[in-house]
Amino acid sequence: MNLFDLTANEILKKIQCSELKPSALKAAIIERNSLVNPKTNAFIRTPDAVTILNTDGDVLPVGIKDNICIKGHLTTCGSRILDGFRPPYDACVVEKLRGAGNVIFGGLNMDEFAFGSSCETSFYGPSRNPWDLSRVPGGSSGGSAAAVAAGQVVWALGSDTGGSIRQPASFCGIVGLKPTYGRVSRYGLIAFGSSLDQIGPLTKDVTDCALLLNVIGGFDPRDSTSMDVAVPDYTQALTKDVKGLRIGIPKEYFIDGIQPEVLTAVNKAIEVLKGQGALIVPLSLPHTEYAVATYYIVATAEASSNLARFDGVEFGLRAMPSVPRKSSLLDMYEETRAQGFGNEAKRRIMLGTYVLSSGYYEAYYLRAQKVRTLIKQDFDKAFNECDVIISPTSPTTSFKIGEKMDDPIAMYLSDIFTIPANLAGIPAISIPCGFDSASLPIGLQFMAKPFAEETVLRAAYAYEQATPWHERRAVL
Amino acid sequence: MTSDANIISFKKRDEMITRETVNYISGLAKLHINEVQAQKFAGDLEAILHYVEKLNSLDVSQVKPTSHVLDMENVFRDDTVKPSLSQEQALAFSVEKLNGAYKVPKVIE
Repeated sequence: MNLFDLTANEILKKIQCSELKPSALKAAIIERNSLVNPKTNAFIRTPDAVTILNTDGDVLPVGIKDNICIKGHLTTCGSRILDGFRPPYDACVVEKLRGAGNVIFGGLNMDEFAFGSSCETSFYGPSRNPWDLSRVPGGSSGGSAAAVAAGQVVWALGSDTGGSIRQPASFCGIVGLKPTYGRVSRYGLIAFGSSLDQIGPLTKDVTDCALLLNVIGGFDPRDSTSMDVAVPDYTQALTKDVKGLRIGIPKEYFIDGIQPEVLTAVNKAIEVLKGQGALIVPLSLPHTEYAVATYYIVATAEASSNLARFDGVEFGLRAMPSVPRKSSLLDMYEETRAQGFGNEAKRRIMLGTYVLSSGYYEAYYLRAQKVRTLIKQDFDKAFNECDVIISPTSPTTSFKIGEKMDDPIAMYLSDIFTIPANLAGIPAISIPCGFDSASLPIGLQFMAKPFAEETVLRAAYAYEQATPWHERRAVL
Repeated sequence: MTSDANIISFKKRDEMITRETVNYISGLAKLHINEVQAQKFAGDLEAILHYVEKLNSLDVSQVKPTSHVLDMENVFRDDTVKPSLSQEQALAFSVEKLNGAYKVPKVIE
């Protein structure tokens, strides 16, 4: 096996018994990047240019999505409007990673401001799926997922507002976890939807996912929405034992329109877990069909507000209209934002502004917040009957680059099964559960109640260890 | 508190999203949009708003809105002085600055 194919857990063991030198690993990763990044475009810039602060003790190359601040290094959010911005501080998660012996590789590509499900809206061009370079890696953390799947980093961080970690993990055949809202500090994460955003790991297997969550989890006084809840050792949840675990099957997640091979793979996974002693509990999450509509009101409203700060004054791009006599402050704002934001960002700013505007706030925004309550209550009730809920991560496997770019609603529906976990604030993981006839990975999702990351990891690990999917690597 | 006991009373969009609406919204958003884009966005917004109107089929008159999913409120901290960014650091990424402040185009004609 190549060095770049190893998991973090395997690397740490090899280093411990002196079978592997950190310098050899780093060299292998940099060589791998120069070879495959031109194909995947997972990194916006070559990662060796932004490798920083690696001392002798730092061994694990970790990739950072480009909306997470790294002190002194370009952080673009996949947008032109942050042109030249070098944050004067590290995000909380970056501080923690440095402290835990990681070599930081910044600049993983993403949909502009995390607005997308395909990584195609990046100002820096689309990333490509390592399993099929004509297809998308998913999004918005598409660069993070592609980089892990292609061996360009050992593991990576992404952010998930409506599925932006789990859907690309699913498309790229790796593991992606969105923690409970409040589990991981958002300090230094450039905000999209502040009531939904959460940073989480993208890794080659469930063990690495637990290890990385151990590093990044925990309370941070600089993020008032992070919760002061103890961080357990998540590797303790990796027992392979699901005897008696109650697995809920929500009928609304097994519907017409799902790619048949995805349904087949997920149903087979349920059989595997049943064989391991899990109890299957059929249930209903009746407001599921309203989740995407709710999300596109709540998320765009929050985004339009959060993106108001990009105005050409404090940082990033500043532009003036070329029209004579248009030289006021207002003209500067409007032109900077016109040139700085791409089409999807503009579309979401417009939608968010509309639903918050006078006369429409109650009909759209307030109503969506109320439906959000109903969606959350569905989960509260379900978790009285079961410990973990299983579903497909996305209704399909990866689609072709360009296929959904002209149809925003088709693109938004790619997140139909991932959005509810963000609206409810609950933890959810995607792990590989098979391949379709085009050899594209299929993702399986587990969701649990708030701060029950151990439960999703336990179920995911038991399934993973009984199946071969996590051992497959994309050939590039 | 806003009541929506009568779901019929909602202000409904009774017209298509017009280019005038798009221009009004782009003004609120401080986002210059050209004519071609305005036409495109009018169609996109219409389609998305039509889609989200499925929420109107639910009776939410007795439901409280969720703005925050966790059971927490009023997070306080001590008001203590701590190191923060220097003026120089804070101004470092601005395109234009003058005498320790951000410089912007004229505000008043």
